[in-house]
Amino acid sequence: MTPGLQTTNRVDRSRSHRVLRWLLVRLGGAAFVLWAVATLTFFAIRLIPGDPAEAVLGGPGSQASQETLDQVRRDYGLDLPLGVQYLNALGRLLTGDLGTSYALKVPVADLLSAQLGGTLILAFSALLVAWASALALSLWSTGGGRIAGSVGQAIELTAAALPHFWLATVLIAIFSSALGWLPPVSTGGVLGLILPTVTLAIPLAGFLAQVMRETMLDTLDAPFIVSARARGESEGGIRLRHALRHASLPAISLSGWALGYLISGAVVVETIFARPGLGRTLLQAVTLRDVPIVTGVVLLVALVYIVMTILTDAASRLADPRLRTAEGER
Amino acid sequence: MTAPLLEVTGLSVAFGDTTVVQDLTFTVEPGQCVALVGESGSGKSVTARSLLGLAGRGSHISASRMQLSGRDLTTASERDWRRIRGPEIGLVLQDALVSLDPLRPLGREIGDSLRLHSTLSATAVRARVIEVLRQVGMPDPERALTLRSGELSGGLRQRALIAAALALDPPLVIADEPTTALDVTIQARILDLLTEVKSRGTGILLISHDLAVVSAIADRVVVMKDGRIVEAGPTRALLESPREEYTRRLIAAVPTDKPRGTPLVPGSTGVLPARSSRWTDAVGPVLEARSLVKTYSRAGDRFRAVNDVSFEVARGETLGLVGESGSGKTTVARLALALTRADEGDVLLDGAPFSTMRERDRRPLRSRIGAIYQDSLSSFDPRYSVRRILTDALDTAPVGDRSTVAELLDAVGLPTGVAESRPLFLSGGQRQRVSIARALAARPELIVCDEPVSALDVTVQAQVLDLLNRLQAERGLSYLFISHDLGVVRHMSDRVAVMKDGRIVETGTATDVFTDPQHPYTARLVSDAPRLTLPS
Repeated sequence: MTPGLQTTNRVDRSRSHRVLRWLLVRLGGAAFVLWAVATLTFFAIRLIPGDPAEAVLGGPGSQASQETLDQVRRDYGLDLPLGVQYLNALGRLLTGDLGTSYALKVPVADLLSAQLGGTLILAFSALLVAWASALALSLWSTGGGRIAGSVGQAIELTAAALPHFWLATVLIAIFSSALGWLPPVSTGGVLGLILPTVTLAIPLAGFLAQVMRETMLDTLDAPFIVSARARGESEGGIRLRHALRHASLPAISLSGWALGYLISGAVVVETIFARPGLGRTLLQAVTLRDVPIVTGVVLLVALVYIVMTILTDAASRLADPRLRTAEGER
Repeated sequence: MTAPLLEVTGLSVAFGDTTVVQDLTFTVEPGQCVALVGESGSGKSVTARSLLGLAGRGSHISASRMQLSGRDLTTASERDWRRIRGPEIGLVLQDALVSLDPLRPLGREIGDSLRLHSTLSATAVRARVIEVLRQVGMPDPERALTLRSGELSGGLRQRALIAAALALDPPLVIADEPTTALDVTIQARILDLLTEVKSRGTGILLISHDLAVVSAIADRVVVMKDGRIVEAGPTRALLESPREEYTRRLIAAVPTDKPRGTPLVPGSTGVLPARSSRWTDAVGPVLEARSLVKTYSRAGDRFRAVNDVSFEVARGETLGLVGESGSGKTTVARLALALTRADEGDVLLDGAPFSTMRERDRRPLRSRIGAIYQDSLSSFDPRYSVRRILTDALDTAPVGDRSTVAELLDAVGLPTGVAESRPLFLSGGQRQRVSIARALAARPELIVCDEPVSALDVTVQAQVLDLLNRLQAERGLSYLFISHDLGVVRHMSDRVAVMKDGRIVETGTATDVFTDPQHPYTARLVSDAPRLTLPS
């Protein structure tokens, strides 16, 4: 009869050990992914037609002389064999040097660190708003009978299907042009953050609510819900204490992916609302063939993705104790 | 005489136009255990839920009288129900991994009842939860507070479920299949615990498909079929002189203490000839396992699931392999089927190497060993019709000696019409018949049966066991019959091997092992097997 307890005793003793191992495995994986991303971007950019030296001098239209081009190639190490260039680039990356922008002639690292904040604020506030509205929507649609269920489902589907550029235009038309409540371009204040955040959050909220509603409906059929009802738990208590937590599990695991989705969405949204940020920087860099900036943004987004994945993984383990024990049994 | 604790008169439950319970009348006295017995679909669980106002959406409940401690339940509002559930009636569900919220520790799950219905402080709640956990025999109750259902064994989870129902000391406890899916020894302990609860004056409404389980504890038995009462009465009278044919069928279906060869379904044919006339020692064993060892690693530890296991299955014989969950039975089945590679030892088929061959060479031999599993549904492709399942299996049979789908269905007693159905739409018994038909398709010499009847109601189990015996008599099949249920194994086997912690602790003829067990573990298994016992 006691074996169950003995097992968990052993699990207890090795818990800190397991957490450490989990973290090391994740960090090792992260380092590998970063290296792979850096390598892929390095070679992928070499495949783009056009001379990088010309890009440095302002593109093919600059009519630069052969001498100037050779000079630029020497300065930027572009005359070295490809393998050496790759190793040099990796070496610089290890020291945190992302190179210098071709067009703006400033260090990429400085440029990105100035832009990252704005994008992260936008992405995280969108994630927060999406989560809150998805929770509210799924709680309402699973609790209010058949009509609420169908209406909720319709809202989710519509929201998830809306493209960002369209949403942004409609929101500006209503809240800036017609009502004049909110500014159509970002002014840097909180008011300017509202419209871009909502634009990014609505499709994600629809998607998250779909996932939450389905898990919640499954959970409400589980035997432990009958157990809870049989001890006199109220409908609200059942949702709050049991169903909500189960429903948030898949949504938590999706949040890492969601942040990546939000950052790529930020490219469009930042441009429309003329908001400074990574998205706009990336768009300009691509048009100008500013290779170091493109590389820097790709690496940075990969890094954010990795950190977010580790965080959601940790959050999932916190919210779902079964993950911790299951790992120990393997 | 005082008023009964629970009085139900003329209870009917309907979902839309379908009536699932009709005109049910029974009472439960304080300190009495009343058992509702019937097959799945007989309406017993719906009855239990109705008594808690939890029959579900779309249910329509009517009763001329439904009273708990003199209080009318027919007019209870949802608010009233919430005050009745917990303090007045406790519900114990069948153990499933998720009968308790897998995300919350036991202390919170059990403490919820107290938090909802009392004004006790956090410390007092904790003290009461520990007290009630101790009462249900949970080892180290203080530690158990922090454990979640996934960290407990099946027996301990069932104890925790009982503790949750007892937390507020309700006068009535409803237990819905509280021992189904538990090992026999644990089942016996849970029944002991319920008997103890009863002796303290709590009324128990026990729901089960198994007459043997309820006979140990129930004072009265109500037999249900298709939502109606077939027969009701004191346990002893009902078991000794059942008036109805259906009750007699339930009693006959209990395999424990029924000698090998006795049909479990009254009036069925196909009695097995005596063992000596089936078994010829002239040829060697069909299957021989020699010193099998299989090690798995779990939580960083090496753990021997199968430890030096040897056995033989003779032609036309059934070797029963019995043991509790975790004893290594299923690993032995997989090793015998060469689905898992043994670390040491080997398996011989008809005296020739089987487990040590390369898979490509072994494949043509595989048709000689069939397999039947407990969860037949998940062993079928859900998109396939029964015909497709059997046709696929027939492709592996020796050319020129193939049966037709109709012949297979006929052999397992299924109507030909079933061929076009999908397994999902068949009953549990029908599904298991299909999986037997699938195993027969390749004309095997031996069938490995891994818990073939554990998921079935006792009456359906009886039909399937009779079918297996009939097929053995007709076709000279050999079985390696694996089960945790001693009654079933004894009824089915010529010889028996008892497994514990990866080892075979005792082997012998079924009669010897069960009438004169040598190993203390076997002795305990034998004494805990559910059998029809008449209360004294």
